[in-house]
Amino acid sequence: MVTATEKKLLMKGNEAVGEGAMIAGCRHYFGYPITPQNELTAYMSRRMMDVGGTFIQSESELAAINMVLGAAAAGARAMTSSSSPGISLMQEGISYMAGQQLPAVIVNVARGGPGLGSIGPAQSDYFQAVRSGGHGDYHCLVLAPSTVQEMMDFTILAFDLADRYRNPALVLTDGLLGQMMEPVVLRQPDQRKPIDKPWALTGCKGRGPREIKSLYLDLDLHEAFNQCLQEKYARITQAERRCEHFMTDGAKVLLVAYGIAARICKAAVVTARSNGQAVGLFRPITLFPYPTPELQQAARGIQAVLVVEMSCGQMVEDVRLALGSTVPVSFYGRSGGNVVVTEDVLAQVQELL
Amino acid sequence: MKTVFARPESMKSTPMHYCSGCGHGIVHRLIAEVIDELGIRERTVCVAPVGCAVTAYNYFNFDVCEAPHGRTPCVATGIKRVHPGNLVFSYQGDGDLAAIGTAEIIHSANRGELITAIFVNNGTYGMTGGQMAPTTLLKQKTATTHMGRDAKLAGYPIKISEMLAVTPGSAYIVRGSVHSPKNILKAKRYIRTAFQTQLDGLGFSLVEVLSSCPVNWRITPTQSNRYIDEVVTKEYPLGIIKDVSKPADAT
Ligand SMILES: Cc1ncc(C[n+]2csc(CCOP(=O)(O)OP(=O)(O)O)c2C)c(N)n1
Ligand code: SF4
Repeated sequence: MVTATEKKLLMKGNEAVGEGAMIAGCRHYFGYPITPQNELTAYMSRRMMDVGGTFIQSESELAAINMVLGAAAAGARAMTSSSSPGISLMQEGISYMAGQQLPAVIVNVARGGPGLGSIGPAQSDYFQAVRSGGHGDYHCLVLAPSTVQEMMDFTILAFDLADRYRNPALVLTDGLLGQMMEPVVLRQPDQRKPIDKPWALTGCKGRGPREIKSLYLDLDLHEAFNQCLQEKYARITQAERRCEHFMTDGAKVLLVAYGIAARICKAAVVTARSNGQAVGLFRPITLFPYPTPELQQAARGIQAVLVVEMSCGQMVEDVRLALGSTVPVSFYGRSGGNVVVTEDVLAQVQELL
Repeated sequence: MKTVFARPESMKSTPMHYCSGCGHGIVHRLIAEVIDELGIRERTVCVAPVGCAVTAYNYFNFDVCEAPHGRTPCVATGIKRVHPGNLVFSYQGDGDLAAIGTAEIIHSANRGELITAIFVNNGTYGMTGGQMAPTTLLKQKTATTHMGRDAKLAGYPIKISEMLAVTPGSAYIVRGSVHSPKNILKAKRYIRTAFQTQLDGLGFSLVEVLSSCPVNWRITPTQSNRYIDEVVTKEYPLGIIKDVSKPADAT
């Protein structure tokens, strides 16, 4: 319910991300233009000017992510955004931030790949997002919105989770959600005191000097540090799995999809149900941590699982890992910037019933 | 008894890992002395490079951040924008600043970013075993120019400081050296002026320091100092390249 004090605005997905960052108290944005997220960079340049924050249009995504690294090391809530080719360039910095345990938010308004690909919306950066897109044993927290409201809400959440776990957090979305306009309830800024950062580089007044680094020349120390990271990821996996069950009660066929594809699947589920077909949707909201136990639970008694993605099949691997041979898993996807359509999802479902 | 020489407060007592005759240790000490003299240790943040000085946090007694190779000025930019009242400097080798980080340093200078770069030019990649750097002199033998650097194959020694001086955002660009006591004292004055330039908000500042790497040059420390004096300074002339606080020509 929208209360009287809540403002509802018509916003583009990209702008909702930007406003979410402002609400979360982010005052340092660094970015480089790329379609289909240009509205976000432009929005941040305007908003940062309004509030006296920092906006830098950097010379590259490499520069942008490393400015984020510096601002995060200095203790600020910092953010960058880009689309697939730009996110590839940022992987070096993201790996460093994972190793330095620096919190920051990175938004990928993904488009078709590989290479320059297309500017159409895509979900083909899933592997890059959830494994460890750069070098080394690490994970980013990954959130996948599927509405413009969630573009705002998950950006706010991404800042909170990043700070809580001292870890980079990714909002993985796509060009369609970025460009789409929907009414959004403007959230209120969190009134709680910002989290303490007793590691931040502020100048060593009244304390000993601090260092932020990822280098461990002693191999055993490095291994021990990697184990600490693994323990952190286990804690994150324990506490932060998020997912949505949509009309899964009594379902015979379970669709599994995230982000914009999940939204299209919802329409398919509603149609199927109105035709008396027992179809439901399981939507992972966090892609790392992946809601594996919840998916296993949801797939109990299911006759067939259909994974729907705007890629040639990436998340489907995690679904197969989760479900093993307990239930047949098939895949339907479009790629190259093409969007999955309800009719095709329904046709696939037809074969499985 | 009066103490005439002591470790600056801005320096930790950790023994340095640098090879004997290496210039890095001298440059570290000059920075620490200047920071002590300016009384700004508690508001200084250094960004260390990937290179032989990667563990600068073991030696500097103030906050230090690691940066990916060459992205050093970007990390410094991020820190400075969050804490504009701090002194933020990047410490970079010639591979870090003049090869992999060329774009980053040029745009930091061009934005007039209020940071200082301390640029240690030893004409080679010390850490990875003495390969050619963009600053390597013609005919200089390195691990990747066995017959000496040949311009036809590997281009020319790059004068990055002169390039940076062209950008309107840079306020103070200077080249010093640490191959002799006289030059060491001069280099210290340059570092002090560069930091002051930042504190006064005048713009981007950079001190290039010609420095020796005897191990990879395969000569003794003494020969290295003579080599800088007789050969390196011919390619990279010492002195102020740009200083906006002093108009070049008043006539
Ligand atoms: C992305 C990346 N590429 C290459 C390296 C390997 N590497 C480490 S230090 C270095 C060059 C160091 O040379 P310089 O910047 O001149 O510093 P010096 O060691 O001479 O002080 C290189 C190429 C690296 N660590 N990261
Ligand atoms: S390799 Fe060269 S630059 Fe590195 S510590 Fe030794 S002398 Fe110094």
